[in-house]
Amino acid sequence: MEANKLVAQLSPGDRELIKIVQHGLPLVSRPYADIAARLSTTEQDVIQGLTRLINNGAIKRYGVVVRHRELGYKANGMVVWDIADDSVDELGSCIGKFSCVTLSYRRPRRLPDWPYNLFTMVHGRDREEVKQKVAEIVETCGLHDIDHAILFSTRRFKQRGASYTPPDNIEKPADYLKLRTAVDTAT
Amino acid sequence: MTDINTAFSELEKHIINDFQQDLPLSSTPFADMAERLGVSENEVLNTVNKLQESGVISRVGPVFTPNRIGVSTLAAMSIPSEDLECVARIISAFPEVNHNYEREHEFNLWFVVTASSEEHLAIVLHEIEQHAEYPLMSLPMMKDYFIDLGFKLQWA
Repeated sequence: MEANKLVAQLSPGDRELIKIVQHGLPLVSRPYADIAARLSTTEQDVIQGLTRLINNGAIKRYGVVVRHRELGYKANGMVVWDIADDSVDELGSCIGKFSCVTLSYRRPRRLPDWPYNLFTMVHGRDREEVKQKVAEIVETCGLHDIDHAILFSTRRFKQRGASYTPPDNIEKPADYLKLRTAVDTAT
Repeated sequence: MTDINTAFSELEKHIINDFQQDLPLSSTPFADMAERLGVSENEVLNTVNKLQESGVISRVGPVFTPNRIGVSTLAAMSIPSEDLECVARIISAFPEVNHNYEREHEFNLWFVVTASSEEHLAIVLHEIEQHAEYPLMSLPMMKDYFIDLGFKLQWA
C-alpha cells in the first residue's frame, strides 16, 4: 500500500529525528542544537533534516499547535455525511474550506452499522455555535438533501500528537491485562 | 466560558496566532519570533512555556501529514455506559492511541491509532479488541480534503 512505501522511504536518521520532534521543540534558545546533542549530530543536520521532511510533504505544517478546548472552543462536533461517491471530492473540499473546520476526510462506510463516508470536525464556543456553523455549511455547499449527524464530544480521555512508535516497543499484552484488572478492582 | 478577548495578553494572542505556519528554521526560532514581536527572547520562551503548561499550546513543532510517516486509522466502539470509563482507560494506555474521545452516538468511543506500518497497526487494533473486550470498527482515511493553515482565533 502507498502509505507503507512512504514509511519505508524514511532513513533511520529521519526516524530518530521524528521520534524526538514529534512532541515539540525543547523550549530553549537553540532547540535544534539541543536535539542535535541528543542525536549525536550537528545543529545544521537537524535543521536540514526537518527542511527535507517539510519539502517532501511528510510535515504538513510547522509551528505553534494549539488546543481548541483550552482556547475557549469548548464544543467540537464530528460531523459525518453520507455523500454519493461521485460527489464526495467536491463536497469534501467545499466543507474543508470553512475556518471553523479542522478536518475533512473521506473514510469507508461500514454498512449496515455506519453509512457515513465524509468526516469533518467543526469547532465552536458552544453546541449552538457548532449547529449554526453546520447550517451555514449545508447552505453554502448545497447539502440540504444529504443525511448527516453531529457527534458531539462529551469527554476527552486522551489528546496528544501522534506517536510513531516502532513495533518492538509495543508493550506486552500482560501489561494491559494487569491494567484492566487494576481498573476493575478500583471501580 | 473562557472569554478569549480578555483571557490572553496581547503577546499571548500574537504567539498563539502568528506562528502556526512556517516557523522559521533558523538556529534561534524563539529569538526570531521575539524580533518580529518586538520583545525579548526570554519573554517569548517564558510565554510559550506558560501557554504550553496551561495546555493552550500543545507543542511548537511539526504536524505530520496523515499516513505519510506512519499509518493511522480512526476507530469506533459501542460500549455500555457503565463500562465506558474502564475501556477508555485501557485504550488510552496504548502509546499508539493519540486521541480518544467519548461522543454522543451509539458508537460512543472514538479514537485515533497511529503506527509505524500496516502490520504494526493491525497488531495494535487486534490487541485493543482483545483487551477492551469489545469489537472495533476501523475507518482508515481514504482522502484528505483539508489544507491545514492552523486554527486562528478571531479576537473581537
